[in-house]
Amino acid sequence: MGDLRRFARFSLLIALALVLGGCTLPTFGAFRGATTQGQAEFKLWSWMTIAGLVVAVIVWGLILWAVVAYRRRDPDKMPRQFHSNLPVEIIYTAIPLIIIGVIFFYTVKAENKIDALVPHPAAMIRVTGFQWGWSFGYLDAQGKQIALVETAQPRPPVLAGNPVSPEYPQFVLPLGETTQIVLQSVDVVHGFYIPAFNFSRYAQPGVTNNFDFTPVHAGVFPGHCAQYCGLYHSEMLFSVRVVKPSVFETWLHSESVRYASGAVA
Amino acid sequence: MKTESYVFLFVGVFFGVVGVVYWLLSSEDAGSIMLLGTFLLGAVPGLYYLWWARRMPPRPADDPDATLKDGAGVVGAFPGSSIWPFVLGLGATFVGLALVFGAWTLGVGLFLVVSALVGVIYESRRGGYV
Amino acid sequence: MTLVAERPVVFDESPEPEHEQGPSGFLKWITSTDHKVIGKNYTVTALIFFLMAGSMALLIRAQLASPDSTLLSQHTYNEMFTMHGSLMIYLFVGPVSFGGLANYIVPLQIGAPDMAFPRLNALSYWLYLGGGSMMMLGFLTTGSAADFGWVAYAPLSNSINTPGAGPDLWIVALVLTGFSAIFTGVNLVSTIYYLRAPGMTMFRMPIFTWNMLVTGILILIAFPVFTSALVMLWCDRHLGAHIFEVSGGGVPVLWQDLFWFFGHPEVYILALPFFGIVTDVIAVFSRKPIFGYRGMVFATISIAALSTSVWAHHMFTTGVVLLPFFSLMSYLIAVPTGIKFFNWIGTMWRGSVKFDTPMLFAIGFLATFLIGGVSGIMLASPPIDFATHDTYFVVAHFHSVVMALVMAAFAGFFYWYPKMTGRMLREGLGKATFWLMFIGTNVTFDPQYLLGLKGMPRRIAEYAAGDGFTTLNRISSAGSVLLFFAVLIFLINTFVSWRKPIPAGDNPWDASSLEWSTTSPPPHHNFLKIPPIRSQRPVWDHNHPEHRIIEHDRPRLGALAASSGGGTVLLDDIGFDDGDPVETRDLDR
Repeated sequence: MGDLRRFARFSLLIALALVLGGCTLPTFGAFRGATTQGQAEFKLWSWMTIAGLVVAVIVWGLILWAVVAYRRRDPDKMPRQFHSNLPVEIIYTAIPLIIIGVIFFYTVKAENKIDALVPHPAAMIRVTGFQWGWSFGYLDAQGKQIALVETAQPRPPVLAGNPVSPEYPQFVLPLGETTQIVLQSVDVVHGFYIPAFNFSRYAQPGVTNNFDFTPVHAGVFPGHCAQYCGLYHSEMLFSVRVVKPSVFETWLHSESVRYASGAVA
Repeated sequence: MKTESYVFLFVGVFFGVVGVVYWLLSSEDAGSIMLLGTFLLGAVPGLYYLWWARRMPPRPADDPDATLKDGAGVVGAFPGSSIWPFVLGLGATFVGLALVFGAWTLGVGLFLVVSALVGVIYESRRGGYV
Repeated sequence: MTLVAERPVVFDESPEPEHEQGPSGFLKWITSTDHKVIGKNYTVTALIFFLMAGSMALLIRAQLASPDSTLLSQHTYNEMFTMHGSLMIYLFVGPVSFGGLANYIVPLQIGAPDMAFPRLNALSYWLYLGGGSMMMLGFLTTGSAADFGWVAYAPLSNSINTPGAGPDLWIVALVLTGFSAIFTGVNLVSTIYYLRAPGMTMFRMPIFTWNMLVTGILILIAFPVFTSALVMLWCDRHLGAHIFEVSGGGVPVLWQDLFWFFGHPEVYILALPFFGIVTDVIAVFSRKPIFGYRGMVFATISIAALSTSVWAHHMFTTGVVLLPFFSLMSYLIAVPTGIKFFNWIGTMWRGSVKFDTPMLFAIGFLATFLIGGVSGIMLASPPIDFATHDTYFVVAHFHSVVMALVMAAFAGFFYWYPKMTGRMLREGLGKATFWLMFIGTNVTFDPQYLLGLKGMPRRIAEYAAGDGFTTLNRISSAGSVLLFFAVLIFLINTFVSWRKPIPAGDNPWDASSLEWSTTSPPPHHNFLKIPPIRSQRPVWDHNHPEHRIIEHDRPRLGALAASSGGGTVLLDDIGFDDGDPVETRDLDR
């Protein structure tokens, strides 16, 4: 046990050094989330990453210690043949169980927040995935389609371009307000994925998925199809633009005029 | 034989509990049925082994103090060589190809499969390879 | 011909090896039912599929090394990742462990003359070879091989979206290999339950054999579901059924449900044998008994049971599954896996660790599997899964896990190659293979975690320069070159060991389980003599009687009382009446 205690003191020193060093934790490239839902995910992810790194460092440390401290120096000396230590075994069963309980609690909290639907969203968009593009149909309060943005037919260029470029459809969301997405597919399973929102959901035939976006950052964010759907899966790109509600209203108004006049883009 | 039965019974008990919990929480048919099937896969052999463990004579493999003398004698029948697994495998492959291409391989495949099944039965009865 | 095997009776004269009037040459190979021959067949065939699938991986990495890549067309790329995944999962990792190593080693570890059903065993191999060949035949068809991913999601896999013989061959091939696996599962359970040598109680079996028992049961649980689902898919494609078609009242999501009920236990079918190998290897090269043997057994069974309860964590983003249930069950797998990890470390703790190649690979497994395990816990959280599902984060996770398994496989190869062939692999080349593989794995797959977090989806044939994925992809592709060289050096190692053999002897590693008591390679029906089996380490007890462990619930052995928690016990009288030393017999091989 002496070894274990020495090791524990050693790792505590390292941990303290890191914390006192005042390092801001890196995001490893993850998005902080441009929606409230995405931010909830980022917060959970950050804590899970920290916990995961701590566990990994401890276990790697133990492995490294064993490999260094117990390497065979004297081929004739046989080590003591112990094979069990019930108190230790119980501890390393119980502690992970407790950790799991804590993680599960915070997971369900975040999950409920992300999947929650507000009763009166500011806007409603029916998103439809198809081989190989997307259509975004803005719905009024009665569920009637009043505007449409969709992938230009014939199919976009052969190689994937920049998702935010005009050759791919761009739908617009109002900043600070909640929009409900109604997600469907007309053929195979597609993945409606917006990395900056830390969110994806399947568009599937026969299943309608409803979820909310409440953007908190203005900007333009790329979107991809995440679920393999056939030949041009890589080129099923789109983007989302988040603007102030007044700008959104103006945009939606002009789009609905265009749609009503029969000139669909 | 007790430990052997406990392994399967653990499967049975575990999936009995998980299956019920899952059904109550989700009311989802496909998963519940698959969990029910898994419960049966553990419970039925497990109960059989448990029943048999109580009746069977003690085996040297279960006796921690058994000596090799205790296990001397006939261990079992181990067919040393047989053409029929190869024939059956080849036949199944030909039948598979026929399913895909709709070809003449169906006849050949079925012939090989039937020959193999017949051959294996005769091989076991005769104690030699046909 | 049918043989009746005699157990060796030690204090009589050993029986003469029987001379058979059997077939010879090619016919002998075709008709062989010997588990050792079948095990070698599986191993070689699986390695060939590994090389094919590895080449496809190199093409994938070559394509993704640059943005806007036109090295492969979209269609070819889609075939590449489909067949790479299918070959690796269905035709390599599974068959090499439960068909190759388990077939060879399990009967030896329990003191059996062969598997319980030798002809069924042979059938398993031929179905595997036939099925595997059928799958590869897809490349020769007009529409080319299957290209719907190794998971073949409906409705993409129906006859409208993916017509042609390639996908059909894929489906039928997997029905054949599915039955092959089911028969092996039956054989494994039956052999372990019924053919153990006297004194080889269940709790004296090596952990590798325990793990193969649990794997066998998992195979029986999972594969029939997959086979049924494949038949249903076939009916949709060719017999006018609408099981997975909305238009006919079917449910496409059902395919995912069925597939993953198989698919998740399947990855534990892949993993458990390698956990077993690592356990045996670490104990031998630390010169200590396994720490927490019963905990290991309990953990393995728990992992297997839990793994069958988590399938819908692959479906979190479908929006139609019970998130908290599957999330909690998935988290719970971390507990028995943690028990195993601490037991592995406990086995090394205060031991005498020697870094021969098998041990290096076992430690590489530990370090790499940890990364995969931690990322797996993150994926088990639905909110995090929403952000990372179908991105390179998942690709990185499962490759960390499977590359760890591949390292464990190499630990097994280097450990048991001497037993199977009677010759040693070269240590220097082995160490080179290890370092190239370990560093290569990390250079290839660790950047992919970052790629996933940055938003790169998976199964995309190409990406744009402005996406910001280029640098990490380039690093990843560079790592794949290291992996190529690792495998190349391994192949050279096997070639050199064959041409210029170094004789291995019965027990080159001073190992403890029963397979090391017989010759290398073992004779027909495996054993001429078996040492007495009084613990988990019969060969160790025989070679190092002063360092054996006495099982504590066995006061009849008359040992001095051992200190609690285990320890080296000195014995003066153990009451054996058949303690002859194991003799080495040189047999022509």
